[in-house]
Amino acid sequence: MSPFPTAPAPGDQPVLVAGGISDSHTWNLVYLQLLLEEHGHRVVNLGPCVPEDLLISEALAHRPALIVVSSVNGHGYHDGMRTVTRLREHPELAGVPAVIGGKLGIAGPCGDDEVAALRAAGYDAVFDDSAEGVAAFRRMLDTLPQRALV
Amino acid sequence: MTGVGFGAFVRRAHDAGHLVVQPRMGMSSPARMRAGLLATRSAAATTVGTITLDSYTRVGDLESAELAVLEGVALNGYPIVSHETTTTLKVLEGIHGPDFPVQVRHGSAAPQDIFRALTAVGLDASEGGPVSYCLPYGRVPLRESVAHWAVSCELLAAQRESGGEPHLETFGGCVLGQLCPPSLLVAVSVLEALFFRRHGIRSISVSYAQQTDPGQDAEAVAALRSLCARLLPDTEWHVVVYAYMGLFPETEQGAYRLLGKAAELAVASGSERLIVKTVAESRRIPSVAENVAALEYAAAVAAHTSRAPLDGTATQTYAEASALVNAVLELDDDLGAALLTAFARGYLDVPYCLHPDNAGFSRSYIAADGRLCWADIGRMPLNGVADVRPARAITSADLLDSLSYVRRSFDRHHPGDRWPVELPAPRGA
Repeated sequence: MSPFPTAPAPGDQPVLVAGGISDSHTWNLVYLQLLLEEHGHRVVNLGPCVPEDLLISEALAHRPALIVVSSVNGHGYHDGMRTVTRLREHPELAGVPAVIGGKLGIAGPCGDDEVAALRAAGYDAVFDDSAEGVAAFRRMLDTLPQRALV
Repeated sequence: MTGVGFGAFVRRAHDAGHLVVQPRMGMSSPARMRAGLLATRSAAATTVGTITLDSYTRVGDLESAELAVLEGVALNGYPIVSHETTTTLKVLEGIHGPDFPVQVRHGSAAPQDIFRALTAVGLDASEGGPVSYCLPYGRVPLRESVAHWAVSCELLAAQRESGGEPHLETFGGCVLGQLCPPSLLVAVSVLEALFFRRHGIRSISVSYAQQTDPGQDAEAVAALRSLCARLLPDTEWHVVVYAYMGLFPETEQGAYRLLGKAAELAVASGSERLIVKTVAESRRIPSVAENVAALEYAAAVAAHTSRAPLDGTATQTYAEASALVNAVLELDDDLGAALLTAFARGYLDVPYCLHPDNAGFSRSYIAADGRLCWADIGRMPLNGVADVRPARAITSADLLDSLSYVRRSFDRHHPGDRWPVELPAPRGA
C-alpha cells in the first residue's frame, strides 16, 4: 500500500462548515450540515467560534470542495474579512471555493459596499439570511459536484 | 446575606410584589452605553442594568477588541476589558448603586479578565457557568472551562472581604436556547449554582429560558425552585426567567405576545426576575428605545399577573431533572470533576450541541401538544424516568420547522386574543 494516500476524487471532497471567529451560534451550523448532506455532500462541521488558524489547518487537511462560513452575531463582516484574507494568503487554498452568509452586520444585513468588499477579499459568494439568500445558496449547491447518494 | 448587592435588590423588589425586569444591552461606545443604562433606570418598571460585552472580549480576543476601541469600530457589545477603567467609571458614575445594580453579561468560558475589569469599577454581579458558557458557546475544552470558572468564582467571591455580596447567575437554564428539554436545562442550572456555591459565591440566581409549552415551563420553574430549596442552604438565591431565546416572532404583535407569556410565566411561577426580548429580536440587535418598550410592556403584564406556583416535585420535569442532578452529584465529591465525568460518560448530553466534549447521542422533538420531549436519551440516566419516542432521521426542513415552531405559533393571527395590557406606543429610536 502506498504510504501516500491518493488524492480524493472530487466527489469525495467534504464541505467545511464553520461559524464566525467570535460567533457562538450553533443552530445555523446544524441546519447547514443537514442541508448540505441532503444535497449529497459529506460535511465536516467545525462548530461555532472558529479561529482562522483552525479553519486553515482543517482546510489543508480535508481539501474541501467548498468552505461555508456562517455568522449571525453581527461580527460576520469583520470576522469574515479576517478569515478569508488569511485563507487566501495560503497558496494551496487560493482556489478553494468559499462563501459566507447570515446576519453579517450589527445593524442587520450588510450594505452593497460591504458585500463587494467581502467578494474582493476572496469570497466567491455572499448570502444574506433572507428567503432569497437561502434560495440562492441552494442554487449554488446544485451546481457543485456531489458524491453519489446512497 | 448582607442586604447589599444585586441579589438583595431583587429580593426586596420581590417582597414588595414587583418583578425585576432587565434588558440584554451592550454598545461599544461609552456614551451610548451610559445612555442605555440611564434609559433602563428611568423606564416605568423595576429594573436592573445590563452591560453586555462584545464577542471579541467573550472569546478572549482582546487584541481585536482593543483595535476596535482604538479605531472606533462599533462592536456588538461593551468591551469592558479594553476600555480604560476611568472610561467605565464615567459610564457608571451616578447610575450604578444600591437602587440600580448593574450586571455584566458576557458568555466567556474564561472570565477572569472580565471579572477583574468589572470589580475594578465597583461592580460585582455577572453570570455564566462552567458548562453553559463552554459547551454550546465555542471551542474551549470543558476541562479548561471548569478550571477557569473555579478560579473566576473565587476571584469574585473575594469581593465579600470588602463588604460586598457578589452575585452570579447561571446561564445553564438556556444552553442552546431551544430544543433542549426543560429537565436538562433545570439540571444544568442547578449544577452550576452548586458549582458557584462551592467556590465561595453566596448570592446566586438560577436561570430558566422560556420554551415551547407554558405548562411545561411552569413545571420546570417549580422543579428548579424545589431543587434549589433542597440543595442550596445558606444561600441567597432567586430564579431569573429568560424570554424565549430561540427564533423570535417577526411580527410586532407576535413578539409582544411571546414576551407577555414570559412575564406571566415569571410572575405565576414565583420567579423574581425576567430578562426581556424585543420586537427587533428577529432582525438585529435592538435599540435602547425598543428595549425600554419591552421592559415597560413586561412590567405591565407582570403587574396584571398573580403568583400561583405549582407544587414542585410531582411532575415529569422534576423526576428527570432530579435524576440527572443526583446522578452527577454521585460521580465525585468535587463537582468540577463530576461535571467532566458526566459529560464524558454522556450522563449530561445536550441535543444537537456540536462541542467535542458533548456526547451528542441525545435528540429532542416538539410533541403535538407543544411539549419538548426526548427522542433519544443517549446514555443519560433517564431509563424508566423519561418517556422516549424514537424519531426518524431529521431533515433540514424538519429542523427549521422545529426551530421556528414558537415564531410561527406567535406570528399567527389570533382573532380571539385580547391583549392583557395596551401595547406601548412607538417611540423614536
